[in-house]
Amino acid sequence: MSGSLTTVAYIGATILFILSLGGLSNPESSRRGNLYGMIGMTIAVLATVLGPRVSAAGLGWIAAALVVGGAIGLYLARTVQMTQMPELVAFMHSLVGLVAVVVGYASYIDPTVAAGMSPAEEHIHLVEVYLGVLIGAVTLSGSVIAFGKLSGKIGGKPVLLPARHWLNLLLLLVVLVFGYRFLAAGSIQQGMTPLIVMTVLSLAFGVHMVMAIGGADMPVVVSMLNSYSGWAAAATGFMLSNDLLIVTGALVGSSGAILSYIMCRAMNRHFISVIAGGFGGDAGPPKAAGAAQPAGEVVAVSAQETAELLKEANSIVIVPGYGMAVAQAQHTVYEITKFLREKGKNVRFAIHPVAGRMPGHMNVLLAEAKVPYDIVLEMEEINDDFPDTTVAMVIGANDIVNPAAQDDPSSPIAGMPVLEVWKAGTTIVMKRSMASGYAGVDNPLFYKENNRMLFGDAKKMLDEVLGALKA
Amino acid sequence: MAQVIGVPKEVFPGEKRVATVPEVVEKLAKLGFSVIVESGAGAAATIGDAAYEAAGARIVPDAASLWAGADIVFKVRAPAASEVAMMREGQTLVSFVWPAQNPDLMQQFAAKKATVLAMDSVPRISRAQKCDALSSMANIGGYRAVIEAAHEFGRFFTGQITAAGKVPPAKVFVIGAGVAGLAAIGAASGLGAIVRANDTRAEVADQIKSLGGEFVPVDYQEEGSGVGGYAKVMSEGFQKAQREVFAKQAREVDIIITTALIPGKPAPKLITAEMVQSMKPGSVIVDMAAEQGGNCELTEPGKVVTKHGVIIIGYTDLPSRLPRQASNLYATNLFRLAEELCKAKNGEFLVNMEDEVIRGTTVVKEGAITWPPPPPKLSAAPAAAPAQAAAKPAAAEKKGHGHGGGGEPMSAGGTALLFGGAALLFALIGAFAPAAFLGHFTVFVLACFVGYMVVWNVTPSLHTPLMSVTNAISSIIIIGALVQIAPPGVAGEAARPDGVIRWLAVTGIALTAVNMFGGFAVTRRMLSMFRK
Repeated sequence: MSGSLTTVAYIGATILFILSLGGLSNPESSRRGNLYGMIGMTIAVLATVLGPRVSAAGLGWIAAALVVGGAIGLYLARTVQMTQMPELVAFMHSLVGLVAVVVGYASYIDPTVAAGMSPAEEHIHLVEVYLGVLIGAVTLSGSVIAFGKLSGKIGGKPVLLPARHWLNLLLLLVVLVFGYRFLAAGSIQQGMTPLIVMTVLSLAFGVHMVMAIGGADMPVVVSMLNSYSGWAAAATGFMLSNDLLIVTGALVGSSGAILSYIMCRAMNRHFISVIAGGFGGDAGPPKAAGAAQPAGEVVAVSAQETAELLKEANSIVIVPGYGMAVAQAQHTVYEITKFLREKGKNVRFAIHPVAGRMPGHMNVLLAEAKVPYDIVLEMEEINDDFPDTTVAMVIGANDIVNPAAQDDPSSPIAGMPVLEVWKAGTTIVMKRSMASGYAGVDNPLFYKENNRMLFGDAKKMLDEVLGALKA
Repeated sequence: MAQVIGVPKEVFPGEKRVATVPEVVEKLAKLGFSVIVESGAGAAATIGDAAYEAAGARIVPDAASLWAGADIVFKVRAPAASEVAMMREGQTLVSFVWPAQNPDLMQQFAAKKATVLAMDSVPRISRAQKCDALSSMANIGGYRAVIEAAHEFGRFFTGQITAAGKVPPAKVFVIGAGVAGLAAIGAASGLGAIVRANDTRAEVADQIKSLGGEFVPVDYQEEGSGVGGYAKVMSEGFQKAQREVFAKQAREVDIIITTALIPGKPAPKLITAEMVQSMKPGSVIVDMAAEQGGNCELTEPGKVVTKHGVIIIGYTDLPSRLPRQASNLYATNLFRLAEELCKAKNGEFLVNMEDEVIRGTTVVKEGAITWPPPPPKLSAAPAAAPAQAAAKPAAAEKKGHGHGGGGEPMSAGGTALLFGGAALLFALIGAFAPAAFLGHFTVFVLACFVGYMVVWNVTPSLHTPLMSVTNAISSIIIIGALVQIAPPGVAGEAARPDGVIRWLAVTGIALTAVNMFGGFAVTRRMLSMFRK
């Protein structure tokens, strides 16, 4: 295959990738979007393999690597639980980061790449290598930590080192200094030391950055790492003068960035303060919890009583949260929904933009349980309907239904848009205990007089509710 | 000691509603009350005594024994003189009262040392909506007004093209888009008519549209919202402009439904005799304000009259003409109020004057007249509330359709700074970078923008699949590894550490393959689950 043919194939692949992203804008066209992505990827890989830059000697290696990696990937995709999607995505991001690092190193130690370059071009090439490895390493370690946090292997609480912003600044300075030494290095052997030092520092920076971010901000982190993996690919593209890599990396990078921005806006948080890490940015330790301790009594109910409340309600809104994902309760939720809908009740789902640990996490879980997507509504679509709702059932969510966000200006989550469930006739909150959510904020909702608490594991309690409904 | 709730048969001529229904009797029993019902109380609403008995109520033979046996009486209409005479001292009464129109009645209640809760005085706040009998009755009235109009009107409402010729759709004009007006708009457009509506409160335009109506504005600037979301009296200039609009509509439409009421004032005269004259023969006017004097000059309350060939319906008992439905809703409103009054669920009313809803509803407490109540807290700033409400949807809309725009517009200074910075950066790149780099850079910047445009449209429910597909697409980095594995022409060159690079590249390819295959497969799995 000639060079021109490869280029044309790359353009085709680019278009398919753009269509793929565009196709995901609504559920009808989304499957086609995914297909476009697959076709685009196949074309890109084939065009490269058959193109002028790969000789026949490499084909065996490529095939073997693809088969091994592909088998592992397909196995993972088939066996992963939908509740573990955030972990899987974070894990995959770390792979992209790792590959960016590996490719960067390989490109650096390959003397033939820089052969015939002008000094300016060579410098740019070195900067590109340096940047590519840097972004790749940050993505790698950040994703690994995110994976750990999401899968519960690392605690969800933000870990804040003293003077961490200064520490980050120091890291940045050191990286810049070593960057200069890297450019000034006369040979590959000399340049290797700064490159390795920088890689280690970047890895440390990634760890530090994600460790400082609390569990509640995890959706933003996941989509931010997604963005980083795109930038890593784009940097690699510059390094190798490959337009397809640049375009695709930029597409992924900017879409991830937009997604993070949308998430942040949904939480009324500033993008920078989320990335800078820690809850509330520079505010230091969370404000004294005693400031606005909600007063009142918590009314606990049994599964039986919950079933009674649901039976008498006409209009029911279910607000799922991370607790539902943890307890794997989505199928039971659907059973209950089906039962109530057959009884002619108006049952709908309200999804907060940051419910769960990944953007759109709840939608995926409900879709898995076969809940029709036209009764799954966004916050803005449903918030005005709560006053007309008889029962709002909150399953394992906390911060996203916290009225303090609207009432209490001193609350750490003040100003974050929340689902106004307390305006419904009765709210039922299912929780394991009275513990606060990831934001560490007490929830006055639990003390409201029209609120009932149903304590216990969401799956177990919902099974009981379902039993009581059918009885 | 559980109290007894008594429900008498309504004595007002033609009144078909009843203050409770069997379903609600059961719920009242759960609150701890026992319920007695006068024999035949529900007959006009097609509810037999047996149904009440089956629900746990006790039937008493006549009104006298009912008033004697009940601690609390639930009624629809304000009690007639004969009923007041039967009231016991200290009895509690819940019904419509209209304290402003019935000062004598209030004095009689005071003399009886009664406690009276007026369903027409429920404060207009969100928490009290479930008790708001005025709204539920107005809703029924609006529906029934359309049905009455359809009954008198000699044509279809909906347009049809039949073998026997073309039928034009009826045109309906609704004046006043309160609860009754909105119900009328909904019912009329449901029947297929072309519906137009007008209201002095401009903020209801969206509500009118949401029910399938077209908002006809009066071209005159004046804010028409009074306290508590009701309308107020408008200025002379506005009224003149309004009359012109109505006169034009009267010439065009087939049916006019008027619902304009101002609290505590006679209904405004909006439809003049000349307007009626200008209407097509066979047209219908339903005057829902007939009881307060009517919005039309020619209305005769309680009657259907034909003037200048136009049928003018002045029924004052529209909700009562749908007795079963009206009784159901009214009984539920009463039950919700009972819940508020009996929070302990011990079957006893506790008239807690600290509670805003109960304070507003109670007009006589143990013989002391407590009407009018202090103004409701929430309506203290009626002007601010609609403004906020108007701002909210606007903001929401911006979020929904903000693609291409960066969300909130930046301040001018911020924009200038951003552009300045970008210009400087571009100038630097342009000055120093070689041409080959610039080519790539162009592609990079454009791709960033494409990504940005494409992703703004994605619905939040698909964020996870989107991330997973972009993640899969970022496996494009595999190309980086592919081109390194064995580039032709340079392999075997002395300086190139072939083995190391090959192993690095093979590792890279294998890792990306995990991501690529895994990413697309899992996205597919996810998307196949989304269904309607």
